[in-house]
Amino acid sequence: MTALTIPTAAGLAEPALASQRVFRQALEAMARPGTVVGTEIVLAPPAPLSRAAGALILTLADFETLVWFDRAAQSAADYVRFHTGAPLAAQTADAAFAIVADSTNLPPLTAFALGTDEYPDRSTSLIVEVESIAGTGPLMLSGPGILGRRPLGVHGLAPDFWHQWRTNHRAFPRGVDVFLTAGARFVALPRTTTVET
Amino acid sequence: MNASSPLQVAPAAGTTEGYNFGYLDEQTKRMIRRALLKAVAIPGYQVPFGSREMPLPYGWGTGGIQVTASVIGPADVLKVIDQGADDTTNAVSIRKFFNRVAGVRTTEKTSAATIIQTRHRVPETPLAENQILVYQVPIPEPLRWLEAREAETRRMHALAEYGAMRVNLYEEVARYGRIAKGYDYPVEVNGRYIMSPSPIPKFDNPKLDNNPALQLFGAGRERRIYAIPPYTKVKSLDFEDYPFTVERWAQACALCGATDSFLDEVIVDDQGARVFVCSDTDYCEDRRKQGFRGAAPDALAATASGAS
Ligand SMILES: [Zn+2]
Repeated sequence: MTALTIPTAAGLAEPALASQRVFRQALEAMARPGTVVGTEIVLAPPAPLSRAAGALILTLADFETLVWFDRAAQSAADYVRFHTGAPLAAQTADAAFAIVADSTNLPPLTAFALGTDEYPDRSTSLIVEVESIAGTGPLMLSGPGILGRRPLGVHGLAPDFWHQWRTNHRAFPRGVDVFLTAGARFVALPRTTTVET
Repeated sequence: MNASSPLQVAPAAGTTEGYNFGYLDEQTKRMIRRALLKAVAIPGYQVPFGSREMPLPYGWGTGGIQVTASVIGPADVLKVIDQGADDTTNAVSIRKFFNRVAGVRTTEKTSAATIIQTRHRVPETPLAENQILVYQVPIPEPLRWLEAREAETRRMHALAEYGAMRVNLYEEVARYGRIAKGYDYPVEVNGRYIMSPSPIPKFDNPKLDNNPALQLFGAGRERRIYAIPPYTKVKSLDFEDYPFTVERWAQACALCGATDSFLDEVIVDDQGARVFVCSDTDYCEDRRKQGFRGAAPDALAATASGAS
């Protein structure tokens, strides 16, 4: 497969194709939690943003979505703002998207927007960078989108993350949804997913 | 996405040059895509979205078209069905629309499609994991017949306050000896939200349960998107003493002999003679190709098609 380099003057056609492809993978990931997908999108976001995290935020954010960056991800904020037009969220609770580059210092999940009982969709989608993701491992996922149970391995999350995740899951229909990203790979955890550690 | 976006794609061989992407502008697609992701994360919950005006009257399924347009890509194969048939004016027009604005391939075969946009039926052929079923929804709110005020139905969903609806259904049972509602029969998704399955016959309701495919619902006029993820529990509302049942026919399909499909009654001559045939034309044709025959395999020769 050869990478197509498009001059910026080429217009919208190729970004449209790329974002369709990334969105479709994000939809697949969200619909089948724990499925590890790899993006083939050609993208070189500034450190510490991974290719997967860059592709997701460029596909989903725009001037209508506030994006919050943790301290470690600040260096990528200008890049994301330039390409999406997304305003910065001053508070985690205001964010439609949150980019967390230092997953060991992840703010409590309850600090983000959890939506309301009437509008549980008004909640933050987190993009959390981790060291690695694998379709095998000690975690056992179940819930909508999963036939039986699905294994998952994740390295680089704070030890109490899964405890927090249980609390998040129990708050359904309120709660955050999470993309875990590592290099070109990502996996989604919608709030419906139960994770046994 | 502005023109200088660094998002690039390594194209698959054969990608059409100058591919024109799916009618909706990128901003509208992003808004719908965000709503779709939340819809999948909250099964059965209606996510509001800002619908854009489409060059079609609402009855045409603008909600379904907007969902399809936000999801579809060059690798997809699109099938469109209307009342089970691929050859109605509606279905043909929508297929042409996407062929024109997105250049995608289209099919009438359920098994060959990656995206199936539907009005009023779920295909008889079981769906697979690589498929997305997009429903056109006229009235997304399953509690609307009970409560006209949006703020009130939203509150009822928020609190899972569905008692009044169950009482109402039960009264119907008491009156008719059964639940009279034959279409758009409400379901409970993943043990939480009550959801309208769109005006499919309740015959199709069991297909929503634990389906390997992703099911997306778009309501254009009311600007709502909702979803059922794959392998999700979907239960048709019922009562212990009146369990949910689906329509049954005394006859088999006159063309293919199927006894497991939803049948339409069709008048076949000017004498008013009637036969029952599969509503799902692809399913019926497929069975006939496999050699199955009904009692009157040529019944529709004069009318040329199984479409009612
Ligand atoms: Zn038949």
